[in-house]
Amino acid sequence: MQEKPCRVLYNHPGKTMKEKIIRWVFTVLAFASLVFLLGIVIVLFKEGLPIFKIVSPLNFLFGKSWYPTYSPAEFGILPLILSSFLVTLGALIVCMPLGVGSALYLNELAGNRQKAILKPVIELLASIPSVVYGFFGVVVVTPYLQKTFNLPVGMCALNASLILGIMATPTVCSIAEDALNYVPHSFREASFAVGANRWQTLTQVVIPAAGSGISTAIILGMSRAIGETMTVLMVAGGSSAMPRSFFDPVRPMTAAIAAEMGEAPMGSDHYHALFAIALILFIITFIFNVVAEIISRRFRIKLGLSG
Amino acid sequence: MKTKHIQNLGFLCLFLCMAATLFFLGLIIYFITSRGMRVISWEFLTQVPRMSMTQGGVAPAIVGTLYLVLGAILFALPLGLACAIYLCEYSPKGFVVNIIRISINNLAGVPSVVFGLFGLAVFVKFFHFGVSILSGSLTLGILVLPLIISSAQEALIAVPQSIREASFSLGATRWGTIKNIVLPNALPGILTGVILSIGRVAGETAPILFTAAAFYIRGYPKSVFSEVMALPYHIYALMTEGTHRDEQTAIAYGCSLILLFLVLFVSGLAIYIRQKQRSQHV
Repeated sequence: MQEKPCRVLYNHPGKTMKEKIIRWVFTVLAFASLVFLLGIVIVLFKEGLPIFKIVSPLNFLFGKSWYPTYSPAEFGILPLILSSFLVTLGALIVCMPLGVGSALYLNELAGNRQKAILKPVIELLASIPSVVYGFFGVVVVTPYLQKTFNLPVGMCALNASLILGIMATPTVCSIAEDALNYVPHSFREASFAVGANRWQTLTQVVIPAAGSGISTAIILGMSRAIGETMTVLMVAGGSSAMPRSFFDPVRPMTAAIAAEMGEAPMGSDHYHALFAIALILFIITFIFNVVAEIISRRFRIKLGLSG
Repeated sequence: MKTKHIQNLGFLCLFLCMAATLFFLGLIIYFITSRGMRVISWEFLTQVPRMSMTQGGVAPAIVGTLYLVLGAILFALPLGLACAIYLCEYSPKGFVVNIIRISINNLAGVPSVVFGLFGLAVFVKFFHFGVSILSGSLTLGILVLPLIISSAQEALIAVPQSIREASFSLGATRWGTIKNIVLPNALPGILTGVILSIGRVAGETAPILFTAAAFYIRGYPKSVFSEVMALPYHIYALMTEGTHRDEQTAIAYGCSLILLFLVLFVSGLAIYIRQKQRSQHV
């Protein structure tokens, strides 16, 4: 994000009562995002922590069975966490080559005219709602996978990975392309001057120079994939057993929350457990976003852009 | 000669990546459009569902989505605009601005289902709004707030500093300058952000799962405290609830097409306007 400080003359006259009141109103309203973010954190802690009276945090995180409605209920979310990571990893395998490859194509090979069309189209495709992807997964990809791989159920980690990967591709492509754009022209020219061809320049100069920008794109894509709810809810299969392969039906964290919250009675252990899962999810995506932010800040400094 | 081959091979790979991306995304749009067109009719768009979801139309879901979008924008726009104005026109100290900026960035990265839980705990339970249009709109409003703020900020930054200074030099107060000079100039950019947000809100499902949505209500919602049918939730519910699998899938195709068309049209409009503005500024 480019940021130019756009503050104007501080000591400007106009310190009338009305001006002061208006200024106060804006100041208060500006803190809304902070209030909501804190509100989310407080709610997650307040509603999530009570579960740790029933199970210890370690047993919660590393317990292998998630049977919240049995009696006695078991609250081990390891299968859910592993499912989330499995599906995200799969999505990464799809969206990394597609997204970064497309970005390189846009940046290196597409002519100005092609780029002027493709760039907004990719951006537009990023806005397709996730429930539409999920629906496509259910009606098209599921029967296809079932037939091709001769599976008992078509809804599995592989299905969710494919859909999530395609879904994250436009996002990854857009951000990676921005990063490639920041690489100064002089880098390329220097490389051409010592006799490198375009491919050598691309792989040995441009990609390393834009490397951290591209990693930011991938991390943000991952963050989007792990937090995505509707697609995994619809196509991942929903089994809360420990996942063993990409062909197993799985239940990622987001799907567990979305599927079970409707049935969990308010204030029950199950209810608190779901909030605790949301808390873990929040922490994971928070870490992803912070890492992405740090890397992109370094990247800007490295290329001499304003931090 | 060998390096030349490698280069050609490499470029071919990049081309294939781009082609595959467009192919897959095109495939999704093609499937939804071709199957969806079969069920879309005037009746489908204007009638209420009949015969336990197997006949009739999806008008209440369309109307419900419009209500939710309207509510979310009514809530998020004043708040987001005020925040952007503060950051761009007032912003006294770097520290405060940094904290606000960091919270905006992080709010933008929170998974949508977490917003749903927040809405459930705060609006549905704590404020006793119940599962209602009001709860859903507020939840969606918070979700879209970062998007509104960042696009409004971009619009405000694009207003040349010299215009502000000219206004000050004529003796206008800060608020007078913002109201009469800055906002009118930034209006198209702010509108673009609002349109983008509409596209985003219309397609979100997870935040309204527990705060607003119902699979079926009789007729149209009566007040902001009633449950509401919404297009994205309706697609999900048609695929997971009910007993008439085939008829429901057909209707879900229709709903997906309406939603896809709505979102792509709205976002396309916003991207087009923004593209035009940017080329004007440069």
